[in-house]
Amino acid sequence: MEAHVTPSWVLLAYLVSGICFILALRGLSSPVSSRRGNMAGMIGMTIAVVTTLAIHEIASLPEIIGAVAIGGGVGLVTARKIQMTAMPQLVAAFHSLVGMAAVLVGAAAYLNPEAFGIAVRITPIASPSIISILPVSRIEMGLGVAIGAITFSGSVIAFLKLNGNMSGKPILLPARHVINLGTLVAILGLIAYFTQDQDPWVFFTVMGLSFAIGFLLIIPIGGADMPVVISMLNSYSGWAAAAMGFTLHNSAMIITGALVGSSGAILSYIMCRAMNRSFISVIAGGFGGDAAAGAGGEVIDRPYKRGSAEDAAFLMSQADQVIIVPGYGMAVSQAQHALREMADLLKEHGVRVKYAIHPVAGRMPGHMNVLLAEANVPYDEVFELEDINSEFAQTDVAFVIGANDVTNPAAKTDKSSPIYGMPVLDVEKARTVLFVKRSMGGVGYAGVDNELFYRDNTMMLLADAKKMVEEIVKNIG
Amino acid sequence: MDFISILSIFVLACFVGYFVVWSVTPALHTPLMSVTNAISSVIVVGALIAAASTGSASAKWLGLVAVALASVNIFGGFAVTQRMLAMYKKKER
Repeated sequence: MEAHVTPSWVLLAYLVSGICFILALRGLSSPVSSRRGNMAGMIGMTIAVVTTLAIHEIASLPEIIGAVAIGGGVGLVTARKIQMTAMPQLVAAFHSLVGMAAVLVGAAAYLNPEAFGIAVRITPIASPSIISILPVSRIEMGLGVAIGAITFSGSVIAFLKLNGNMSGKPILLPARHVINLGTLVAILGLIAYFTQDQDPWVFFTVMGLSFAIGFLLIIPIGGADMPVVISMLNSYSGWAAAAMGFTLHNSAMIITGALVGSSGAILSYIMCRAMNRSFISVIAGGFGGDAAAGAGGEVIDRPYKRGSAEDAAFLMSQADQVIIVPGYGMAVSQAQHALREMADLLKEHGVRVKYAIHPVAGRMPGHMNVLLAEANVPYDEVFELEDINSEFAQTDVAFVIGANDVTNPAAKTDKSSPIYGMPVLDVEKARTVLFVKRSMGGVGYAGVDNELFYRDNTMMLLADAKKMVEEIVKNIG
Repeated sequence: MDFISILSIFVLACFVGYFVVWSVTPALHTPLMSVTNAISSVIVVGALIAAASTGSASAKWLGLVAVALASVNIFGGFAVTQRMLAMYKKKER
């Protein structure tokens, strides 16, 4: 084997770049250090790119610069223009690009293995020489391409669902578990066979089947399970990078891949725990479909109290403490700025205002926190479920806006409920619950009716979230 | 580097990742996703090798496309993370 005689400074440079990436994640332990962390990430990326360019004979520098300029320009403009409410679909789109890049790199390595130092040239007597890819590299390459392709097509579907181009409802194919398992087995079998036969059909069939399975895996998953899906795809994009790092023997890629892979896996775990669901059941899909909606359907006619913006304004301005519970509905109606305005006015009236965030509120981990930060809500007023749940009992008003299932007391008491066991915010313990909701008919993602609506201490504020908050602001002012 | 040393780096990095990510505050989980997104585009290293190589025109073009895609992610990912992080402020007093 003549491959891999890399000078040691190069190995060190990639290691430093990997350490920069570790620091980038480490910085996120607090908002103060996070900006420095992001800077470390950019430095790490610069080191990796410059090192790579320095050690390779570049036959096509203008083209490369052109590609970077085009891609970088698109990236920068998107990053600047994107609305914060659209972050979940942006992240999904970015995941798909990582996946596609991994597939393309894998394909390029397959077509030109000598450039990557993963081939040996065999010259049998009296015949032209054959380039043979090392067997280990074939496995790494096959896995990298497979994971990359799954990341790509899965992320595209996630993007379409989050962006509203495709219904968020789960799409269930008959016998989908059999199809999915069969495809997975076929992919793994072909990767194993690839070590024996490096014929193009093997490589490209692995690629094609992987694109297909990414698609098949995500279409049956409903919109509300998106926090798990998007974390999972995050994880996959990491593993794809790691597999490519194995192929290229590049420590920066391996370290990064491992970091991103575990990051996504941990986020998926946190999201699953917050919904009290197993990872397997999320992947199996179908949650929140029409079948589930029927279960809570018969109780729609129960009596409830309806309030006006005026009532809400009065109740909250008289309170000592108000806790605001935002959910996906707040993001949909872009109510975060009006909400901050309301909180400011309440503070002028001497009311303490806090925010309570459920881990799965919104469509991706930390979604609500970003939206509140965008509206200039100080982060020390925003609390996680376990830090604030005990405070509802001493709170005058819980103001639920655009959240539903995460406040449903049935999760604590009703063993037959599909959300039984899910940790919920104890909003019903507050003296009064103000529940902003578009109409009484709709149910949350789990398709269950919320017991909370019919309680004596609950007042329903039926309107668009943003309009309602604006009305309340007028009435407080 | 032989396979075992690469594997060692990988396994150790997984452990580092595990502990580092648990220390990330939940309020910053969205920036965590966007920054991991940006750094996983270090795959651009592979794309550059392909794009810079000679010998196979198709490999070169695949590499160039991959460079462009990864660049979207690198620049976009870091920029959007920075934009988000700049929004997190403490109570002004």
